[in-house]
Amino acid sequence: MAKTLIEVKHLKKYFPTPKGMLHAVDDVTFSIGEGQTMGVVGESGCGKSTLGRTLIHLYESTDGQILFKGKDITHVGKRKLHELRKEMQIIFQDPFASLNPRMTVQETIMEPLELAGYHKSKLMDKTEEIMDMVGIDERLRHSYPHELDGGRRQRVGIGRALALDPAFVVCDEPVSALDVSIQAQVLNLLQDLQAKSGVTYMFVTHDLSVVKHISDYICVMYLGQLVETTTSRELFAHPVHPYTKALLSAIPSVDIHHKRERILLQGEIVSPVEPKPGCRFAARCPYATKQCQEPQQLREIGKEHFVSCCRAEEIGG
Amino acid sequence: MSIEKKQSPFLEVKNLTVHYTSEGKKIHAVNDVSLSLNRGETLGLVGETGAGKTTIAKSILRILPEPPAHVDQGEILLEGKDLLPLPNDEMRKIRGKRISMIFQDPMTALNPVMRIGRQIAEGIQLHEKISKKEAEEKAKKMLEMVGIPASRYKEYPHQFSGGMKQRVVIAMALSCSPDLLLADEPTTALDVTIQAQVLDIIKNLQQKMNTSMIMITHDLGIVAEVCDQVAVVYAGEIVESGSKEEIFDHPTHPYTVGLFGSLPDIHSEVERLSPIAGMPPDPSNLPEGCAFSPRCPYATRECRQGKVKLASLGGTHMCRCIRNMKGEGEQHG
Amino acid sequence: MANHGAAAAADVKVRKKKEGQFSLVMKRLSKNKVAMAGLVIILILFLAAILAPYIIPYGYDAMNMAERFASPSLKHLCGTDEMGRDIFSRLLYGGRASLSLGFLATIISTLVGMFIGSLVGYFGGVVDTVVMRFVDILQAIPGILLAIAISACLGSGFVNTIIALSIGGVPMTVRLLRGSIMGVRKMEYLEAAQTINCSVPRLIIKHILPNSISPIIVSVTMGIGNTILMAASLSYIGLGVQPPTPEWGAMLSAARTYMRDYPHMVLFPGLAIAIVVLSLNMLGDGLRDALDPKLKQ
Repeated sequence: MAKTLIEVKHLKKYFPTPKGMLHAVDDVTFSIGEGQTMGVVGESGCGKSTLGRTLIHLYESTDGQILFKGKDITHVGKRKLHELRKEMQIIFQDPFASLNPRMTVQETIMEPLELAGYHKSKLMDKTEEIMDMVGIDERLRHSYPHELDGGRRQRVGIGRALALDPAFVVCDEPVSALDVSIQAQVLNLLQDLQAKSGVTYMFVTHDLSVVKHISDYICVMYLGQLVETTTSRELFAHPVHPYTKALLSAIPSVDIHHKRERILLQGEIVSPVEPKPGCRFAARCPYATKQCQEPQQLREIGKEHFVSCCRAEEIGG
Repeated sequence: MSIEKKQSPFLEVKNLTVHYTSEGKKIHAVNDVSLSLNRGETLGLVGETGAGKTTIAKSILRILPEPPAHVDQGEILLEGKDLLPLPNDEMRKIRGKRISMIFQDPMTALNPVMRIGRQIAEGIQLHEKISKKEAEEKAKKMLEMVGIPASRYKEYPHQFSGGMKQRVVIAMALSCSPDLLLADEPTTALDVTIQAQVLDIIKNLQQKMNTSMIMITHDLGIVAEVCDQVAVVYAGEIVESGSKEEIFDHPTHPYTVGLFGSLPDIHSEVERLSPIAGMPPDPSNLPEGCAFSPRCPYATRECRQGKVKLASLGGTHMCRCIRNMKGEGEQHG
Repeated sequence: MANHGAAAAADVKVRKKKEGQFSLVMKRLSKNKVAMAGLVIILILFLAAILAPYIIPYGYDAMNMAERFASPSLKHLCGTDEMGRDIFSRLLYGGRASLSLGFLATIISTLVGMFIGSLVGYFGGVVDTVVMRFVDILQAIPGILLAIAISACLGSGFVNTIIALSIGGVPMTVRLLRGSIMGVRKMEYLEAAQTINCSVPRLIIKHILPNSISPIIVSVTMGIGNTILMAASLSYIGLGVQPPTPEWGAMLSAARTYMRDYPHMVLFPGLAIAIVVLSLNMLGDGLRDALDPKLKQ
């Protein structure tokens, strides 16, 4: 594995709700190497977006530690945070909601440069360079977001995020709102940019095909907990956690000749508000036993393969 | 068109053309679409946002808002009987009873201030001459069929999760045992594991009731799972159609090929995807000739002159591409 | 990466230079005939009020006892009143008071409301709770009652009337802007602005206000009509602007004694108020659409 860029230890993020604490991210530990892509998958409400936003300090973490380039950045002052934000960025899911409708393409891309104190004389050249880099035609610089289609809007969002050449970018479902053909264009763009600049991605998505395509490593989350993490290849070849297995088997495949055994989950998703200590998947898990009521530890069961399931060995890969 | 002449298909759509008027512009939503569907079969309508899939379904059910929409021409034959000229009250008897529809967003399909059981029962009472009590019984049975305990009959929509709500919607749609089910992206708003459950329920019930179905989706994976026939829609036109095997094993139209190339698949390793260049055309200003030609890697000058006709490639496989009419390049593989 | 733009750019509008929000809104507004008619009428009335001293045929207080209660004729377009003053002249001149009252009071109340509203909307929490309860109390009192109470306390006169009229309008603006900002605050572009180190004032001025201000602009246009009516009501009951300065409400008030015998005396001031309110509403309706950034031109 490459040199570690960002490391997360026992990270927790709780939100207060009228019914008690919502455990959006609960005791998550992983690390991402420089220039690599960590995919984070899970279903809606599993805390994957919260995790990404907590890492880049859009949310303040409740507990745990975040290390960036070896330094503890869990709690930082305002000045340090400003420095940090030049290195950590985010690309949002909804290219409509993430662009200010009253600002032109050029203004949007230029803003981070302005705020970072770029000199006026260089501002224009740099903006043009970025627009070229993300593939927005120079003629469109005075267009407003609603005049562009979803794919181009997303390119503007990518341009804004990459304007200051950050080391780490959280991609929060960047292609889920796009049509298949446009989605592929944007995925290719993200890969090209990574190859060029060596940026590290944390790629948050619910789409397993996309995450497999783009990631080196994958974290699978379920209701705030990290249930399994390993290399992309290993995860798809030997999924161990019962949830991962069910998730993989549920993806509709375009392969019409190989019928796969589908694991259909029974039961309902439990609430992440003041959850019980044990495995949160137990209520839907076909392998659940009494042991599962105990808190589960993430443990290494193979090379670079971590699972949080007490029956991992029995279930096997 | 069909080889078997002995009986007409269950549903036949002939030369359907629909346009919308918006801000003074004419938007060509559906252009000369013909489809046919046999009893008990499932047809997948595949295409991207704005391709006209939903408009086709809504025209079949005659729930297009007119204006701005307007059906220019076409016939929609349900067992040989044209639905388009039917008077409204007769159409109302067909809607919900013989044809019903499942929408993408279960939130908007359910009345938030009405108990879910009541919503199902009301639909049944509307179409079948039975007492309130019997309707209630039947509604409970429907709930159990989609895997919701009958004890939740008296609950309100907000007490259900997204997947459960969509199951309620399915129960509603199937409560009068319709002959034809129009499913418009029924699982797009749901998570994968829940999607698997819901698709499973739809498939089982469909088989049990011998219902025909049109499944509208942008997800080729779902088509592979549930459909028998496939029609690929681009810019309001069917560019390729045929059996699932014909389309998935031998995608022929450059757009279909492009769709497959854009798709990351979990069963294969590709370093780079091969997306389709460019964007879908503006439906108020469609290109001359083949609508796909501006994005097509094989386009020639000929493609831009005059409409291209659907041509048979053998079996039920049809494709709207000049290259195939000449028998030049069938890109199998 | 090379070919993505080539086939596609045709559908996107290309601009040679940046077009500001104002010119975009005006362009969209100019396509709306009803709104434009409203705007033109307002402008004509404004012009007439400004130029009144030069264009009125008779002095606004020139009495002519020989021609009391004259019906409308070519000599007196709108007839004369009980003191033989030319109603047409008084209307034009009265527009100065009525229009400036309406516009100034509304604009002042909107600016104050916007300042409070944006702070409340942005900071939320305790500030929000305290301010909004205060707003609730103010809003519980009918606007006209509040205006009457305040102007009764302060006494009549132009400035006092403006103060009386503006205070009643503040709560509505605060509430409107707060709601609008609450909606915008959830948008991801604010999070994006945060990640590029945008300061709070810049965040409010550049990202929040431009996207939450449209309902305010609409409410201002419609509110002006309302304020003119209120000003008229105040004059009608003897508060507000005092005679002999003509003001539409005061004219109505004075005319009511003679309404049965000389209906033209109430008709024309009433008509003037109605026309202003109607055209402002027409303009406001059009602005509502024109301010929507998602609208294609």
